[in-house]
Amino acid sequence: MTEIALFGAIEIGLVYALVAIGVYLSFRILDFPDLTVDGSFPLGAAVCAVLLIAGVNPWLASLAAALAGAAAGLVTATLNVRFKILHLLASILTMIALFSVNLRVMGRPNVALLMQDTVLTPFYGLGIPDHIVRPLVVGVIVAVVVLLLARFLASEFGLAMRATGVNARMARAQGVDTDAHVYAGIALSNGLTGLAGALFAQTNGFADVTTGIGTIVVGLAAVIVGETVLPARALALALVGCVAGSILYRLAVQLALSADAIGLQASDLNLVTAVLVAVALILPRLKAKASRSAPRSTRAAK
Amino acid sequence: MIVVEDIHVTFGRGTPLEKHALRGVDLTIPEGEFVTVIGSNGAGKSTFLGSLAGDVLAEQGRIAIDGTDVTRWDTPRRAGLVARVFQDPMAGSCAALTIEENMALAAARGRRRGLSLALGSDRRKGFRDRIAALGLGLENRLHDRMGLLSGGQRQAVSLLMATLAGSKILLLDEHTAALDPATADFVLDLTRRIVRDNRLTTLMVTHSMRQALDYGDRTLMLHEGRVVLDVAGEERAGLDVPHLLALFARQRGGAEISDDSLLIG
Ligand SMILES: Nc1ncnc2c1ncn2[C@@H]1O[C@H](COP(=O)(O)OP(=O)(O)OP(=O)(O)O)[C@@H](O)[C@H]1O
Ligand SMILES: [Mg+2]
Repeated sequence: MTEIALFGAIEIGLVYALVAIGVYLSFRILDFPDLTVDGSFPLGAAVCAVLLIAGVNPWLASLAAALAGAAAGLVTATLNVRFKILHLLASILTMIALFSVNLRVMGRPNVALLMQDTVLTPFYGLGIPDHIVRPLVVGVIVAVVVLLLARFLASEFGLAMRATGVNARMARAQGVDTDAHVYAGIALSNGLTGLAGALFAQTNGFADVTTGIGTIVVGLAAVIVGETVLPARALALALVGCVAGSILYRLAVQLALSADAIGLQASDLNLVTAVLVAVALILPRLKAKASRSAPRSTRAAK
Repeated sequence: MIVVEDIHVTFGRGTPLEKHALRGVDLTIPEGEFVTVIGSNGAGKSTFLGSLAGDVLAEQGRIAIDGTDVTRWDTPRRAGLVARVFQDPMAGSCAALTIEENMALAAARGRRRGLSLALGSDRRKGFRDRIAALGLGLENRLHDRMGLLSGGQRQAVSLLMATLAGSKILLLDEHTAALDPATADFVLDLTRRIVRDNRLTTLMVTHSMRQALDYGDRTLMLHEGRVVLDVAGEERAGLDVPHLLALFARQRGGAEISDDSLLIG
């Protein structure tokens, strides 16, 4: 793997770390399987790209992308909480609708960012190679998000959100408005994903409606890899695990693609990811089965 | 004080499974009274407690707590006034959260939850002192997940959690039913202590006639959604388990009995 490819993998891993954290919020903390991210990621990219072209300040454009993502999350949460549509289906409905919305936002399937200033522009002239600047800037943004989120989850509001996901009945008996926490959590999750989309557009120089496909699987893969390498009970560490998982996942993909012997192409990425996630989901079961049958086999050996 | 006026609850209205679970319950429970509630399976005991807590809304009638009409309030809103311990030790706490996190959740009952730290050092210390008073040695396990505790320990902590927010009403729905006899006795003694120390108005559902008469100041028997026996004071002191059992059996036989004949026992 070349140095450029290595830093490229770290960079994209850091961008998707925000998706991983969002997925961790919905899947793990709220126990709400939310596929909206497949739409809110390209939505964030589209909103950011269009605003940059319109000459809006890059930080404001990124913030707007996050808010757009959060709004998409609110749609899913409303369909589920208010109208009792199954969470999975509610999120698929939003995701499908967002495909059309994203085309509307951009006016065409993709938009290139060539001359526009991005959040990275001020850091390019500092004498650090571009391929290192990008992961550095994104890394700082991710670090700030992790710190803020860890503090948020340790607050009374954040604790109530965690209780909502673990035991909603108990949470309600303790006076927690569980509906409000689902709205807030899913909005936050998709807001982070929208921000990731904005960073993707700015680091890669384009926004494309098709970049959303498989976002959820990539996010889940990062969460699972993170939980495997950093099996932490403390929440702050779990968030760090999401970041680490996302980077490791990208490095593994990069390795697989650069090993000519395997003969994989970039277009095989989705297949590789799906297999990886499936294996990661199956492994714990096999392990549990093995440990259950192990004592029996030793007894048989005696 | 709890005032319940003629409440009705029907499940699955308009379906073949329609169930009129509460059929006009009328009751006044003065502040600080400890009421035990008995009745056969399906009598409506849990539904009655649920209607006080807000889990089921009465379709008719009125519920007032300390003079405030709460008939239309949902569970989270009533939680500031009412604390509960469930039958299933798993139901009343979050297994995946730590003991102190569970306590912090309960301590904020009825308050707005903001962005301040749920577990500041002052609060941690307060929790440690409170849990030490249980005498279970749990003060050194505040960071343990709740799921690691035994059923009895969880119920004890749940009782303690019920007192953290200063609400004055405690609803116990067979909260010792899942425990072995010795642990059940411990939790019952703790219940008595906590109710007395905090001067809580308490409703305790139990299937044990002995407990129903031994604990508290007043006993209710529910049958088919109605209160069919309501005794307190000397009248109650004169009742014994066989009396109660006889009454119970008559109810189950489905015979029509007026309140008068019940009280002769
Ligand atoms: N959510 C519900 N939906 C439909 N029917 C219900 C529901 N909850 C309770 N019921 C019915 O209402 C009646 C009263 O039930 P409830 O749980 O209040 O009885 P209980 O006195 O607590 O009985 P147990 O001693 O078995 O706990 C029963 O016939 C029950 O089947
Ligand atoms: Mg019951």
